[in-house]
Amino acid sequence: MGEPKLRVQDVHLAFPGLPVLDGVSFDVAPGEFVSLIGPSGCGKSTLFDVVAGLHRPDAGRVVVDGRDATGRVDPFAYMPQQDLLFPWRTVLDNTALGLEVAGVPRRTARRRAGELFGAFGLAGFEGARPAELSGGMRQRAALLRTVVQDRAVLLLDEPFGALDSLTRADLQTWLDDVRAGFGWTVLLITHDIREAVRLSDRVVVLGPRPTRVRCEIPVDLPRPRPQEATAAAGAVEAEVLAALRPG
Amino acid sequence: MGPALAVVAGLLVVWQVGVEVSGVAPQILPSPLRVLEQGWAYREQLWANTVPTLQATAVGFTVSLALAWGLAVAVDFSPWLRRALTPLLVASQTLPIIAIAPLLIIWFGFGLAPKVVVIALVTFFPMTVGLIEGFDSTPRQATRLLRSMGASRWAQFRYVRLPGAMPSFFTSLRIGITYAVTGAIFAEYVGATAGLGIFMSVQKNSFRTDLVLAAVVVTALLSVTLFALTFLVQRLVAPWSRDG
Ligand SMILES: Nc1ncnc2c1ncn2[C@@H]1O[C@H](COP(=O)(O)OP(=O)(O)OP(=O)(O)O)[C@@H](O)[C@H]1O
Ligand SMILES: [Mg+2]
Repeated sequence: MGEPKLRVQDVHLAFPGLPVLDGVSFDVAPGEFVSLIGPSGCGKSTLFDVVAGLHRPDAGRVVVDGRDATGRVDPFAYMPQQDLLFPWRTVLDNTALGLEVAGVPRRTARRRAGELFGAFGLAGFEGARPAELSGGMRQRAALLRTVVQDRAVLLLDEPFGALDSLTRADLQTWLDDVRAGFGWTVLLITHDIREAVRLSDRVVVLGPRPTRVRCEIPVDLPRPRPQEATAAAGAVEAEVLAALRPG
Repeated sequence: MGPALAVVAGLLVVWQVGVEVSGVAPQILPSPLRVLEQGWAYREQLWANTVPTLQATAVGFTVSLALAWGLAVAVDFSPWLRRALTPLLVASQTLPIIAIAPLLIIWFGFGLAPKVVVIALVTFFPMTVGLIEGFDSTPRQATRLLRSMGASRWAQFRYVRLPGAMPSFFTSLRIGITYAVTGAIFAEYVGATAGLGIFMSVQKNSFRTDLVLAAVVVTALLSVTLFALTFLVQRLVAPWSRDG
């Protein structure tokens, strides 16, 4: 492996009276898809806050492309758990928000976001209001808003958590496809072992709070990966489950 | 709307019939038809007294609106101001501001000034609190999202906090506008040279209950019109925020 795209180095963080991150370290290679999985409340979202530059760690560093990026927001595009599409903006204006905030002129921002509508299955909905979209489409619009910012690393916090299982499976297939085309580097938080194994090149398993990396499990399965359960995928899932529940 | 109008019509009929059957004196309770008839006969005087009331309402409410926005935005940007003013604003909600209206007449005389001050006072606090709460209703996750995009505090305000405050703002605007008319009438009632409030006071003293009620009808029409206007403005300014 060459130089990692993202390196999380011995990150510590405590809220008053509550140690949450206890020396978290892992790397993500360029173009790699890595899932973070861990017990509920162990500190996954907090770790994202630190990586995304929203919260300073008490100790440790975040490094992107070999340069210190601790406390910086610009190398990362972050997709929160809720879609957070704003009702006062059309779908197109919502997806262009990140660019607008970054100072890109409104017309350019809209054009750049608009170019992705086809690939994201949203063509024809540019002028719609978010409330007119289905749950799956809203999630795709939120992802579009994330990736169009053209940041080095995508941080996705349980992007499919609120969807029904059918929509979820379809979105996973779709995400696996588009990601291959665009070559994104992705860090994904999920509760869903099957989802992690479906999508990832590697699964990073976190321990209970105060959390640190318990182990890393490579997923050496050929792509495209089928929606149905396979024996090979099942074996990796069992391995992740065993890592989450030792003993 | 339909059922509400039917209820009003029904009540008016009961009132009219009741007055005719009982033969109660019009000084005590005039019939609705008489109120209408006399209101029409005195339309010029009524109108001449409506204009100053409307004027006071417009000026007072505009002043109040500008102050409310100024203060609410300042509080939103300054944690120190927030800590200093929030308890005061909440406490002010419990003050019977109407009760100090007579004092304002003493201080500002009988012209436009005391009316404007009363209207501004009664509408300022609910609208300021409504705006501040509106800005604060921004979900934490939305703030995180904007920060991750590199948004400054000003950009967060412009893109999320301000538009997100619109539903709450229009709710408080509707409360404010009804208070404004009431405030104007009350200020005039306490002391003024012209206006619906003083008109009512004068007619009451000469036992023209029918004309007092005619002025009440005009006041109600005024309030309802202004109230309806806020929905129109909301539809124009923030069509996505229409509640219900
Ligand atoms: N701003 C904060 N102040 C104090 N404590 C916090 C704060 N944010 C999170 N916590 C606490 O830190 C712990 C980790 O929270 P976090 O949201 O990172 O967990 P998580 O792994 O993302 O959980 P979930 O699986 O439910 O999404 C929790 O106990 C939470 O209550
Ligand atoms: Mg979380």
